Amino acid sequence: MSIQVKNINKRFSTFKALDDISLDFPTGKLVALLGPSGCGKTTLLRIIAGLETADSGQILLEGSDASNLHVRERQIGFMFQHYALFQHMTVFENVAFGLRVKPKNERPAETAIRQRVTELLELVQLGSLAKRYPSQLSGGQRQRIALARALAVNPRVLLLDEPFGALDAKVRKELRRWLRQLHDELHITSIFVTHDQEEALEVADEIVLMNKGQVEQVGSPLEVFRHPATPFAFNFLGTANRFDGKWARGGVQVSEDLLPLPHTQPAHANLAEGGNVIAFARPHDLHIEPNVEGSEGIRAKISRILAFGPTARVELSHATQPETYYEVDVPTLSIASLNLHEGQAVRLRPSQLQVFPAG
Amino acid sequence: MFAEYNLVMAQAVGKRVLPGFGLSLGYTLVYLSLIVLIPLSAVFINAASMPWNEFWQVVSSPQVVSSYRVSFLTSLLAALINSFFGLLIAWSLVRYNFFGKRLVDALIDLPFALPTAVAGITLSALYAKNGWIGSLFAPLGIKIAFTPLGILIALTFIGLPFVVRTIQPVLQELSLEFEEAAATLGATRWQAFSRVVLPALLPAMLTGFALAFARAVGEYGSVIFIAGNVPMVSEITPLLIITHLEQFDVAGATAIATVMLVVSFSLLLIINGLQHWASSRKRYLTGEDVA
Repeated sequence: MSIQVKNINKRFSTFKALDDISLDFPTGKLVALLGPSGCGKTTLLRIIAGLETADSGQILLEGSDASNLHVRERQIGFMFQHYALFQHMTVFENVAFGLRVKPKNERPAETAIRQRVTELLELVQLGSLAKRYPSQLSGGQRQRIALARALAVNPRVLLLDEPFGALDAKVRKELRRWLRQLHDELHITSIFVTHDQEEALEVADEIVLMNKGQVEQVGSPLEVFRHPATPFAFNFLGTANRFDGKWARGGVQVSEDLLPLPHTQPAHANLAEGGNVIAFARPHDLHIEPNVEGSEGIRAKISRILAFGPTARVELSHATQPETYYEVDVPTLSIASLNLHEGQAVRLRPSQLQVFPAG
Repeated sequence: MFAEYNLVMAQAVGKRVLPGFGLSLGYTLVYLSLIVLIPLSAVFINAASMPWNEFWQVVSSPQVVSSYRVSFLTSLLAALINSFFGLLIAWSLVRYNFFGKRLVDALIDLPFALPTAVAGITLSALYAKNGWIGSLFAPLGIKIAFTPLGILIALTFIGLPFVVRTIQPVLQELSLEFEEAAATLGATRWQAFSRVVLPALLPAMLTGFALAFARAVGEYGSVIFIAGNVPMVSEITPLLIITHLEQFDVAGATAIATVMLVVSFSLLLIINGLQHWASSRKRYLTGEDVA
C-alpha cells in the first residue's frame, strides 16, 4: 500500500521538528528515513503511524486521507526501538495480542489464533521460544518477536523505529540481512528510521535523507551515495574531505592552491567566479602526487599511513594549516611504488570533486 | 555467564562478590529483633501466662468476636476502596499535567502527617447528623458517624497515601510505549489499560493494598471518635484492648492482641504470596532491555 505525506508541519513549543514535509512512499518498497538525531525522522514516522498528530498537513494511506484516523484504525505495524514487548506475557501471548483484542465478530477462533501465531514464530525462526518471557530473550530475539507481533494483524504498512538501534554490531549486521530477506518475501510497504548511513545504504530500496526537519534528498542508495545533492548529504553519507575556498579559474582556490576540477567532470552551473564554495571529495577520489612542483593540487603532509588491507588509508594535514585533516584511500601496493612515507610533503588532486556554493 | 561463574568461584573459596554480607545481615537481625521481634514475642509470652480456657474465654466472647468482624471487614473494605481510587489518583498525578499538581501531590501525604485524633474529631464533626456532610445524608436515613460506615471512612482516609505512594513510582517508570504498542495492535484504551498497564501495576497495587490494610487494622486514634463504639456494632478490636487495659486486665488485653497479631500476620503473608506470584509473572525491564 502506498503512503503519501503532504505538507506536514510539526512544532514542539519553539522547536520546529518538521518543516513542510511532502513525500511519496511507493508500494512494496523498503524506505529508510535517514538523518542525524533530532532531524525529525522519528516524529515523521510517529505521525504516519498516528501516535503523534501533525500541526498541519495530510497523511494519505492508499490515496485516502488517514490524518484523522486513530492509530488502531490505520492498520499499521509499528516496531519500537526498545521493542515494547509486554513483559508479563509469554512470547506466544505477545504475538497473539493483536488477534485477541479484535472485536468479537472479527476475532479468529482460538485454533486459528494458535495456527497464525505458530506460523509467525516460524517465520521469524523462533518457534521454540513460544513459552518464554521477553526478559528471557536476547536483544535480537526480542526484536524478531516484536516484528512477529506487528505482523500478526496483517498490517498494510510496516513502520520500524530504529529497529537495530539497541543491538550490538554483530547481531545488527545479521538482522539487517534477515530483515531485507523478510521484506523480499512479504513485499509489505515498509519505512524504517535510522541514523546509521551504512544501515540505510545496505538495507533500503530508497533513502529519504533528512536534516533539521527538512528533506535533503530522496533517491536510491546508489544515487544518494554517488550524487549527494547538498553539502549535508555529502558529509553525512560516508567519509568526505571538505575544502573551503573560492570558485576561480574552473577550479576551487583554497588559500594559495588551486584544486582543479577533473576533466571528466562536467562544469558546475550557477557558480559565480570568485564566490565562496564548499567542495567535497571521497577518500578514494583523491590522488596523492609526490611531485610538489606547480600550483595545482592541495599541498599536504602525510601524518600517518595505515596499510592493513588491500587499501591503505593515508592521513594528511594541510601544509600551512596543520589543523585541517584529509583522508585518502590508495591501493596498498602504490604506497611502495610511489615511495610514500610519513612526514612527506605531497599534493592532493581530486579525480572526482563535488562543488557547492557556500551559505 | 562469566558473572555467574565468578560468583560460583567466589563462593567456593568462601568470598562473595558483594562485601559486607555478614555485617549487614547481622545488623538486620539484631535491629529487627530489637524493634519488632522482642516486643511481639513479649505479647505472646504475656498471653501464654494465661490458662488456655481463660484465654479462649476472653478471645471468643461475643463482643470480642464481633469486634474482629468489624475491624477486619472495615479494614479490608477500606483497603479495597483505596486501591481503586488510589490508582486513579496516582494515574492523574503521573499522566497529566494540571495547575496545582504539586499541591495535590503534597495533599496526598496529609493523612500520614495529621495526628490521628485530629482526623477522627474532624471526620466525626463532618459526618455527624448535623455536620456538613452528615446533614446531607441524614434526610435519606443514612447515618454515617457512629456506625461502621463511619469507621470505613476514617480507615479510607488514613490508608490512601499508602496506595498512591506505592503505585506512583511504578507508573512513572512504565513507559508509554507499551500502551502505544497495544494501540498499534488494535487495542482499545480499555484493552490497553486492562491487559497491559494493570498487570504491570498489579504487584505495586497489592503492596499498597497490604500496607493500607495493615495500617487500618492497627488504627485506633481516628476511629474511636467517629465509631460511636456501640458494643457488637461499631467496636473495633484495638478499642477492646484499651478497655481491658483500663481495667488493669493486661492478660486479657494481650490475649486479644495475640489473636489480632496472628490474623494480621497470616493475612499479610497471603498478600505477600499473591504479590510474589504477580511479580514473578510480570518481569520488569532489566538494564539489558534498554542497553
